[in-house]
Amino acid sequence: MPPIILAVLCFLPLVGLSSYAMHILVLVIMWSIIGMGWNLLGGYCGQVSFGHAAFFGMGAYSSGLLYYHFGISGWWGLLVSIPVLTITSLVIGFICLRLRGAYFALATLALGEVLRVTAENLVKFTQGDLGILIKQRTWVEKTWYFYVILLLAAGSFLLVKKVMESKLGYYFVAIREDQDAANSLGINTTLYKTIALCLSGVLTGMAGAFYMNYMGYIDPTTVFPLYDISIVTVMVVMVGGVATYWGPVIGALIMVFLAEVIRSMPKIGAAHQTLFGILLIFIIIFLPNGIVGDFRKITGLFKPRGALK
Amino acid sequence: MAAQVELFLQTLISGFLLGGLYALIGLGMALIMGVMRIINLAHGDLMMVAMYVAYWLFTLFHIDPYLSVFVATPLLFFLGVGLQKFLINPVMKVESILPHNQVILTVGIGMILANLATVFFTSNYRSTPVSYASKAWYLTDFWKNAPIELSLSAPWSLSFLAAVIITVALWFFLTKTDTGKSIRATAQDIDAALLMGVNVGVMRAVTFGIGAALVGGAGCLFIPIYYLYPSLGKQFTNVGFVITVLGGMGSTEGAIIGGVILGIFESMTATYLGMGWAPVGRFLIFVAALVFLPGGVASILRKQRLGK
Repeated sequence: MPPIILAVLCFLPLVGLSSYAMHILVLVIMWSIIGMGWNLLGGYCGQVSFGHAAFFGMGAYSSGLLYYHFGISGWWGLLVSIPVLTITSLVIGFICLRLRGAYFALATLALGEVLRVTAENLVKFTQGDLGILIKQRTWVEKTWYFYVILLLAAGSFLLVKKVMESKLGYYFVAIREDQDAANSLGINTTLYKTIALCLSGVLTGMAGAFYMNYMGYIDPTTVFPLYDISIVTVMVVMVGGVATYWGPVIGALIMVFLAEVIRSMPKIGAAHQTLFGILLIFIIIFLPNGIVGDFRKITGLFKPRGALK
Repeated sequence: MAAQVELFLQTLISGFLLGGLYALIGLGMALIMGVMRIINLAHGDLMMVAMYVAYWLFTLFHIDPYLSVFVATPLLFFLGVGLQKFLINPVMKVESILPHNQVILTVGIGMILANLATVFFTSNYRSTPVSYASKAWYLTDFWKNAPIELSLSAPWSLSFLAAVIITVALWFFLTKTDTGKSIRATAQDIDAALLMGVNVGVMRAVTFGIGAALVGGAGCLFIPIYYLYPSLGKQFTNVGFVITVLGGMGSTEGAIIGGVILGIFESMTATYLGMGWAPVGRFLIFVAALVFLPGGVASILRKQRLGK
């Protein structure tokens, strides 16, 4: 199944889609990478993060700052973001993942906010609210961007799949289901939670680095916002399906299209967060495991009444 | 030298006053955390709602923000009870993979409130220009030959005083009334409270309502000294949970002490590093609490009570 979808996507740009359609596709694929990253940590390992904007923004800024300070191509940011995000994740993991409960969720939430403030205040280093602009885009056409992000997404998908089919994946699920039981079986829970965080952070950071190169402009409020990135990341996975391979992809598809449709409506556009919030509440109450996770529940609704019982 | 001391003492005073108000925000969150075991991430947004109530009462009917405490608190209480009953409670029963569904739900509630406020009231900055806004007491008024000059702003002191009154009232409620005792019992041990005949479901709703009412009161006290815009909630949610962690998850005494510590610390960062760095200072306190004092201030208090 995945190779067929990949092949179809590879040939998609040849059909001659409009620039706008390509843009949407690129965004969908980018969001599915972020979703896969979040899912690895939140869905499989059970450590819910409310601050993936922190990782996304750090990736974007590591790319942007390389370009701004050293004048080299922002694409190196894709590589540089890996060590940067690993170190960040190790630090956060060391501090928060030793403790139970909501500490981790809160720490990530605060981290996103702090990074935004730091980026706004370190004017000499990050240009503050002026943001960073890449003066010369690599390509004018969106086709190559599409292939780059597709490659990244295919890599991420493969990585998540391989991890989850390995021993590591079973450790993650064991930790999510019952940390005490996992601990008593000799699993070093802090270590494996930190590994999940590192992988998740790196995937998200690479998506961020790509975003910098793709959009050509970032500022603290576009890459570190709570609602527009961190919460949308949570929603991408929750809508699509927590702890499923295809959940983030489906979720990204739905969320990006929904966002575009809502924002294009003249009167409702400003209220898009309200609609997202209502959708989030609806999903949590009625489809807590997402569209892929609760697929049976959905198909059950459309079956004739008698078949239900 | 005198100028340095003056600056330091002045910062300390304003930090302490700010801390009293922060304690009120933290108290509500700590109560909810204690009884329901969830962090309410819509806390700051509930405060924003109360601030808009106070703002409109002031603008339309010229009601003093301090008087609108009596309107906003009951309003927020019912809003809180409603949210708990119709949104959070149903989710507690839903089976799902993720353990933090209720917390995500509160984020959703906060997002809706902030966005609706933007849609209806625009994102303009607003304030209530009360007549006594710039009134202040000076040290030299009382002590003619004082070597240093300190001032105490009237609205800040009033807000602080009101915060203390509300806190004392809450303390009486929690220790002397039946409902208060039931709430504390639920926080200590849900199963034992159930066996003792406490209606845990009702207590949860009441607690959420009280938490919302407390932060609503804090909002009314904040509006004469602060300004108001729809997305201000996030910042105060952060304040709330930093206090909750600092004070010890769910501890009310800890929340008060944590609030004062945070207020002073933030005031210090604002004076010596610059206004914009206050959130970073908040985060540093949060991290320091996690690393050095994971049980929060409450764990120290408990040790002292046991005589160790």
